[in-house]
Amino acid sequence: MGLHATQYKGLLGWIDARMPSLMTAFRTHMSEYYAPKNFNFWYFFGSFALMVLVIQLVSGILLAMHYKPDANLAFWSVEFIMREVHGGWFIRYMHSTGASFFFIAVYMHMFRGMLYGSYKKPRELVWLMGWLIFAALMAESFFGYLLPWGQMSFWGAQVIINLFDSIPLIGKWLSTWIRGDFVVGDATLNRFFSFHVVLVPLVLLGLVVGHIFALHDVGSNNPDGVEIKDRTDAKGRPLDGIPFHPYYTVHDLYGLGFFFTAYCAVLFFAPEMFGVFLEGNNFIPADPFQTPTHIAPLWYFTPYYSVLRATTSDFRLWIALAAVVLGVAVFTFMRARTRGVRYTVLAVMILAFVFAIVPKLQQDQRLWGVILMGLSVMVFALLPWLDQSPVRSIRYRPGWHKIVIGIFVVAFFVLGYLGMSPTTPTRTLVAQLCTAWYFAFFLLMPWWSRTGTFKPVPDRVTFAAH
Amino acid sequence: MTASLQTAGGPDVPDAPLTPERRNAIITACVVGGAGCIGVAVPMVASFAPSEREKAAGGPVEVDVSSIAAGEMRIVEWQGKPVWVLHRSPAMIASLKNHDALLGDPDSKRNSNYPSPDYALKDPSTRSIKPEFFVAIGICTHLGCSPSGPFAPNENAQLGDQPGFFCPCHGSTFDMAGRVFKDKPAADNLQVPSYRFKSDSMIVIGEDQKKSA
Repeated sequence: MGLHATQYKGLLGWIDARMPSLMTAFRTHMSEYYAPKNFNFWYFFGSFALMVLVIQLVSGILLAMHYKPDANLAFWSVEFIMREVHGGWFIRYMHSTGASFFFIAVYMHMFRGMLYGSYKKPRELVWLMGWLIFAALMAESFFGYLLPWGQMSFWGAQVIINLFDSIPLIGKWLSTWIRGDFVVGDATLNRFFSFHVVLVPLVLLGLVVGHIFALHDVGSNNPDGVEIKDRTDAKGRPLDGIPFHPYYTVHDLYGLGFFFTAYCAVLFFAPEMFGVFLEGNNFIPADPFQTPTHIAPLWYFTPYYSVLRATTSDFRLWIALAAVVLGVAVFTFMRARTRGVRYTVLAVMILAFVFAIVPKLQQDQRLWGVILMGLSVMVFALLPWLDQSPVRSIRYRPGWHKIVIGIFVVAFFVLGYLGMSPTTPTRTLVAQLCTAWYFAFFLLMPWWSRTGTFKPVPDRVTFAAH
Repeated sequence: MTASLQTAGGPDVPDAPLTPERRNAIITACVVGGAGCIGVAVPMVASFAPSEREKAAGGPVEVDVSSIAAGEMRIVEWQGKPVWVLHRSPAMIASLKNHDALLGDPDSKRNSNYPSPDYALKDPSTRSIKPEFFVAIGICTHLGCSPSGPFAPNENAQLGDQPGFFCPCHGSTFDMAGRVFKDKPAADNLQVPSYRFKSDSMIVIGEDQKKSA
């Protein structure tokens, strides 16, 4: 009774005999986790995101040693870090550049999921947990952006917190409760610091562990969308799988070389990225009486921000359009889905229709903007159920699906660009068109994703040794 | 249920079935524990609300309006917010009369989200106690930016030939009485704070006119 029979020798054997769960975890997640052998370029970004998380934690811990979360001191403590702390500029730019690279990695990672149907059964929970990481990351970035207490920090936070203001009945109370003051002030800064350095990082780490556990339970998808666990050898190992360690650890380290080349190029030569990664107005201390002539959120929020701005009071037209879109969605659901799903979609459609015809509810287009912006972020979470394609990978879907996704990507970029620019009537119209495509892409997906001629999916992954 | 409990029980776990007493003990523990959790959550949730110091910071502010020239605006701080005191010129007042059709809410009928005092709305076109002095909280009713201005006619592209204010964040425009123009992100007119004239040249922001009457 007592010691576990170990296969390891020396110190590792001594530890394994007393705490076998350590090496069991290593085998489950590294040396005996079989990943498909045909991973391509798109499969680097998960590791990249993990690497940036480490960068952010390390640089963040160092920054917190010099930063002061106080409305009178915050701006100058950041300047102190930049000018007087040894290596302070390097640590600060690591953190600010890391934030943008985090989103680049996560967006590429998400797009990979869309290309190869990685969210489809049985990987719905992997995708949902990933979406929660995305949401937590947005919160983390939002809280962190207030901390330098520059003009953009202040007015960005003011605008986003005021989004809650538009919620009927409780909105006013809620936004005051979040701020801890009647306007963004010292109380807001202090609590955002607490959220940014304690709460959200803890949540993020927990979610990342959950994301990886969920992935390793069902196994990774691959560019062919073939289930490698369907063909195994005598020992139950997938024929098309290779151990994550050492094969993919080395493979990802190689990719990290390219990643760090790009990251360091920005970090050392263009840390502000011409006002996109760090906005010029944020080098001016926060002034509660003067909104800068042009404010814009950071680039990774601008597509959703464009959706918000596109919702003007003549948006009623779009609401009617949305009702039609939902109608088609219901029609497809009627044919395919269970009663519960049908009734849910029907209820949503009726709700949208009621909103569209009751004038009292329409008057506050601000609320509509907030709802649509929220939906534009949340709709990603529904992808496993919206996508009704019989195959996973884009490789075996009808060719024109690529065009549909391509236009969506273009619309996403256009919305992102418009979100950084001041509004004009033409730009608003373009933003409205892109918003319409954005939502039509998702809401009509149950219909278009199973329309067309699909190609036969091979039994094994396509792989050429190199 | 009982059977699985018995098989699951190790040497130290009594094999007795779940009796009503045990069930009641579990329910009681959950209820008492749950009530305790709610009780603990109350002060924690309350700690997010503005502190007593922040609530007390919003005392009334006096503004001497005799030093503001016609057509000029001064921004003063009240409750941490920018409050505009605009000395409207006759041309500015005239601009308010004939453009109701362009406005989202010309008579300030939507007055619940950002309530302005009744005495300031007696004349819906000027939204002030005295037409020449316009007092408003300079925070856009859309998402809380501070609009810039005042702009003269044809000085700002978004306003066009109308004089008024322009919010740089999302492009809402307001006329010289803080009334929002149609088809803009904001739906409400700018809020007028409670204020009164202490004398002909002295405004007190944060006190109602009724108190002085």
